[in-house]
Amino acid sequence: MRRYLLRKLLIYILTFFIAATLDWVLPRLVPGNPIQQLLAKIELQPGTYNATYKLYMHSFGFDRPWWDQYLSFWKALFHGNLGISIYDFPKPVTSVIADYVLFTLALLIPAILLAYYAGNKVGAMAARRKSLDNTVLPVGYLLTATAYPWLALLLAFLLAAGGIGHFFPISGGFAYGLLPNWDWAFVWSLMTHWFLPFLTLFLVAFGGWAIGMRNLIIYELESDYTHYLEALGAPSRLVRKYAYRNAMLPQLTGLALQLGVIVGGAIVTEVTFAYPGLGYLIFQAVGNDDYFLLQGIFLFIIVGVLAANFIVDIVYVIVDPRTRVGISGA
Amino acid sequence: MGLKVDQLRICYRTLRGDVTAVDDVTFDIADGEIMGLAGESGCGKSTLGNSLIRMDVRMRQLGGRVELDGAELPISDARAMRDYRFKVVSIIPQYAMSALNPTRRVGKMVSELLRSRGFDYKSALPEFERRVKLVGLDADILKRYPIELSGGMKQRVVMIVSTLLNPSLLIADEITSALDVSTQRAVGEMLLEFRDRNFVKTTMVITHDLSILAQVADTILIMYAGKLAEKARTDVVIGSPLHPYTQLLISSLPEVGVRHDEHTLVGIPGRPPPLLNPPSGCRFRDRCPFAFDRCAADPPFVEVQPGHSVACWLHADGVSPAGGAEQC
Amino acid sequence: MTVLGTDEATADRGAPVAGAGAGAPKRRRFEFLYFALRNKKLIIGLSVVLLFVLFAIFGPLFVQHPLTAYGPPRHTPSGTYYFGTDYFGLDVFTQFVYGLRESLFVGLIGGCGATVIGMTLGFISGYKGGLIDEGLNVLCNVELTIPGLVLLILIAGFLHHTSPLIEGLLIACTTWTWSMRAIRAQTFSLVSRDFVGLARLSGEKSRSIIVREIAPNMSSYLFLVFILLFGGSILVAASFDFLGLGPAGGMSLGIMMMNAADWSALPLHTWWWFVPPGAAITCVVGGLYLANVGLDEVFNPKLREL
Repeated sequence: MRRYLLRKLLIYILTFFIAATLDWVLPRLVPGNPIQQLLAKIELQPGTYNATYKLYMHSFGFDRPWWDQYLSFWKALFHGNLGISIYDFPKPVTSVIADYVLFTLALLIPAILLAYYAGNKVGAMAARRKSLDNTVLPVGYLLTATAYPWLALLLAFLLAAGGIGHFFPISGGFAYGLLPNWDWAFVWSLMTHWFLPFLTLFLVAFGGWAIGMRNLIIYELESDYTHYLEALGAPSRLVRKYAYRNAMLPQLTGLALQLGVIVGGAIVTEVTFAYPGLGYLIFQAVGNDDYFLLQGIFLFIIVGVLAANFIVDIVYVIVDPRTRVGISGA
Repeated sequence: MGLKVDQLRICYRTLRGDVTAVDDVTFDIADGEIMGLAGESGCGKSTLGNSLIRMDVRMRQLGGRVELDGAELPISDARAMRDYRFKVVSIIPQYAMSALNPTRRVGKMVSELLRSRGFDYKSALPEFERRVKLVGLDADILKRYPIELSGGMKQRVVMIVSTLLNPSLLIADEITSALDVSTQRAVGEMLLEFRDRNFVKTTMVITHDLSILAQVADTILIMYAGKLAEKARTDVVIGSPLHPYTQLLISSLPEVGVRHDEHTLVGIPGRPPPLLNPPSGCRFRDRCPFAFDRCAADPPFVEVQPGHSVACWLHADGVSPAGGAEQC
Repeated sequence: MTVLGTDEATADRGAPVAGAGAGAPKRRRFEFLYFALRNKKLIIGLSVVLLFVLFAIFGPLFVQHPLTAYGPPRHTPSGTYYFGTDYFGLDVFTQFVYGLRESLFVGLIGGCGATVIGMTLGFISGYKGGLIDEGLNVLCNVELTIPGLVLLILIAGFLHHTSPLIEGLLIACTTWTWSMRAIRAQTFSLVSRDFVGLARLSGEKSRSIIVREIAPNMSSYLFLVFILLFGGSILVAASFDFLGLGPAGGMSLGIMMMNAADWSALPLHTWWWFVPPGAAITCVVGGLYLANVGLDEVFNPKLREL
């Protein structure tokens, strides 16, 4: 078990290393000097020019040899220094990210967990009942085949813009004019703004989990240990319990693999709803050529995904007994 | 009392049509007897074995009757059969290596299985552990996961679990095909031991490997293309078989210890006929070196000597060619 | 060849032998067609995909208004403007036809590219084993952990201009991991089979063993992988274009949705700006997934009875 987790940890460290290096390499690979591209924009804001120019030259350090640039990049990284944002000048990138990250987490965590839970349950039920299966299967496939931006637009149109009604606000994280403040009006505003982006992420992921679970259970019900249990007269309650438990394992692996896709979906969904999370922020960073912010968010998302992966690994160790016993037998 | 199978017909439903995999099969096994059921792969022997304990959704009983210990065994009634399984009829499956749930400790799985059938694991545990030791395993394997066990260990665990409730009928389906020769012998001895200790009353050993039957079986039943070919005491089948198919099977027996591919038995050219639309008459006709004009009719399965029956026109003097069995 | 014999032996295990036997290669092909023509999922899925592909190819014949011909702005769908007109009066149906073309093209490039990359690395990894396998596997795991769209955004953020071809290739570079994992595992199991060992013993070169012995045995599997990646690429491209990172000046289903959002389709209630492109994506990708399930049932005898 320790070997298993250590190996995973090693891969994650390597992933972070590669991601950070990509972060450093990409701006240097681009034809033309990104600073020059930037300066044209920054010149429009008098007074900030000199400070930003110095900052950029210092951080990119194009005048120094590449290994020196690379080393100072890591040094800055370890000090938590990701540079200064242009989009939200002159805030440090880290504090800009801090302003947005909670919204993303509030969106992603419930969407991932609830979709996973509900999808698994419904998928397992579909594997048992043919009548339910006939709806779950096509609906599930339709949902997974739906592009995030479309579902987001469709839900916004139907439920917010008046296609069916004006039940929810179309955009934003909370209503204009409200100040962040833990009173009921504000919390209610947060909830109503949160719901549609959440629903978008939930629905697409839900379809995938339901189909996955259904197929896995059917596969487990065709497996040898199931046939043996049935041959020994075990009631279907026991058979299904085993099948569900064993099908959970590949689903858990799937959860780790699916994280990246869901994060991608969150970006698009946040942009559609102008929901002030990291996805919306990265969109703004690209639109404003805010390279520091772009790089910072990229690294931040990588760290988040790695942490989530590691949590899944730990859960996997708990759920799958085979990772806990040393695989010694032949 | 034992097991009585009378004119049993089982068919498999496939997308292309029904396949009669067990066609008009009649035989019985006495208490304390170990009967071997042999034939090439696809001859219906596994279908026959499985039909006695658990019919697949694709399987249908077309006719016939099965009696165990004097009472009818409701083989086509899945609900009624559930009560018989494990307690009265049990099976050591072909896939013993993967028969145990990989995510449960062996003991835990058995306890959950027993409890689900209304038995108390605690009171069964001493006997279970005694039998674990009997087959040469350590009692602490109950705390292990299947992946921690070797193939031979899993095989033995499955054998004990299947016979834990002392069933009347035990079906051992190809249990030696995945094992090396020394383990095969050990498994054969365990089958004898189980019989001698009355863990099981009647045993049916299904295999394509006649050498294991020579070791354990009292009688041998040979099947060909869904039909019975020959049945006799083991020494008779091995020593003086009558059916040309049996003769070829015996002569193609490899030296002890050499395993052969399940699909092609060396020495008999050709393959069994398709069961979807079987040819009329004797089904071995195309491959039989002695085929003659009478073989165009279905040969009856007749007793030529006490305890020795065969379905071949070469040995059916005085029997007139009757119409074959009707189609599925 | 022994290949098909062993294949059949493992595939048919447990199923009744309904005349399995001689003439294996011919039988298998016949059997494949037999089940393929009877598989509703495959037929429906493929028909939907084909319909859209044909429409993308021949659609321009039905276009009545050129891409840049302005008509009445924000016109509702009608006999002249099948899908209405956009904010400035351009024909949405025309945009849809050309957008579908480009989206399918990008998806195709992405799907092919990812399959080829994943296939190459998966074969090498599974066939060579050892350190090479270990290295490639780590690379795959690293890439798998980095969210594809986020990486694409990072790249696009610095690389300002893309073409549909580059977009497809970029997508391929972030989605190949799935196919590599699957193909690596399959190659492992094939390598341990007799016929590959035989080829190795007889001194065949690795590359020719992979191309001549292993790849044909996995062709059905590769096709399944390609279908999934094709569908996945279309979805990724839609998100990518929606974020405004797609090819400048082009038209795709994703760009149509972006325009709809940018030009306030929601408050204006001009649903025809975004419903057709999104629905087309769902149909094509759903059709591909459905065909994938159907093909899986056709290729895999164990699933046929379900």
